[in-house]
Amino acid sequence: MPFDRLVRAVDAWAQARGRRDVFAQIGPTDWRPAHIEHERFLDPPRFRERVAGARAIVAHAGMGSILTALEMGKPIVVLPRRGDLRETRNDHQVATARRLEALGRVRAAYDENQLTDLLDRIDEMSGTGSIRGCASDELLDAIRGFIHGEGP
Amino acid sequence: MTRDAEHARRPRVLAIASGGGHWVQLLRLRPAFDGCDVTYVTVSEAYRADVADADFRVINDATRWNKIGLVRMALKIGWILARVRPDVVITTGAAPGFFAIRAGRLLGARTVWLDSIANVERLSLSGERVGPHADLWLTQWPHLAGAPDGGPGVRPTGRRAPAAPVYRGAVL
Repeated sequence: MPFDRLVRAVDAWAQARGRRDVFAQIGPTDWRPAHIEHERFLDPPRFRERVAGARAIVAHAGMGSILTALEMGKPIVVLPRRGDLRETRNDHQVATARRLEALGRVRAAYDENQLTDLLDRIDEMSGTGSIRGCASDELLDAIRGFIHGEGP
Repeated sequence: MTRDAEHARRPRVLAIASGGGHWVQLLRLRPAFDGCDVTYVTVSEAYRADVADADFRVINDATRWNKIGLVRMALKIGWILARVRPDVVITTGAAPGFFAIRAGRLLGARTVWLDSIANVERLSLSGERVGPHADLWLTQWPHLAGAPDGGPGVRPTGRRAPAAPVYRGAVL
């Protein structure tokens, strides 16, 4: 699902600041950014490659993007999709962003102005260190125990 | 089957999710599948590389606004389950997980629904509907869990359905 509001804001920021080091996966949209390198869709291996090579990630507040960035220890700025703008069916991304922001996992912008402010500081952001590549021990133990019939 | 042979048999696990964050969360559970024969099911061929040489099946993608797509998806999942005959079905959602829990239970598999970590204010709609049919119903947020007495969330014996999910950690 495209998210033109995010790409437009990043495109405008890149133009205003003369940034030539921005790459975007823009999704199935007719609108094309003019100032950033972009592709409609990267398959998962190429997506991971792009994330690995990036200084920082800017994304919607989807867990695929967030977990991939955290696994690779990259700082991530999120602009949650909004239900009232029909970017998703409800405001669950806003709630996700707030909660993960409070946990110090992501930086969140709730409108384009806040996003521009965060983008201006993006070069100073550091990741929190890579998270491990799997779920918490508690969850893995619960599932392992269930599979092997030890009772949940 | 002798006792030894019974012990030697590896559990068959069917791990299923839709794309994006649901799939990434499912992948983060992989260490829990050590010692199991795992079949992965998701909605895009592009994810095959994520699971190396594991058994990998692709189904069509559909959301709840695409009824025909959902019917196709349900039939395909039923077919895969009938062929694989997993001992355990585990899913992080969304629509594919819903159908896999229902079909899995019909076929006698034990089932786990892990609600996505993206659902921080309330459970997912599919989770609310299908959680009571799962043998283990998990949320990744403590504040969304039911009473922590082991009552809700699990259906250890008999037909009693879990009334609410339990919290047992998260993918993060």
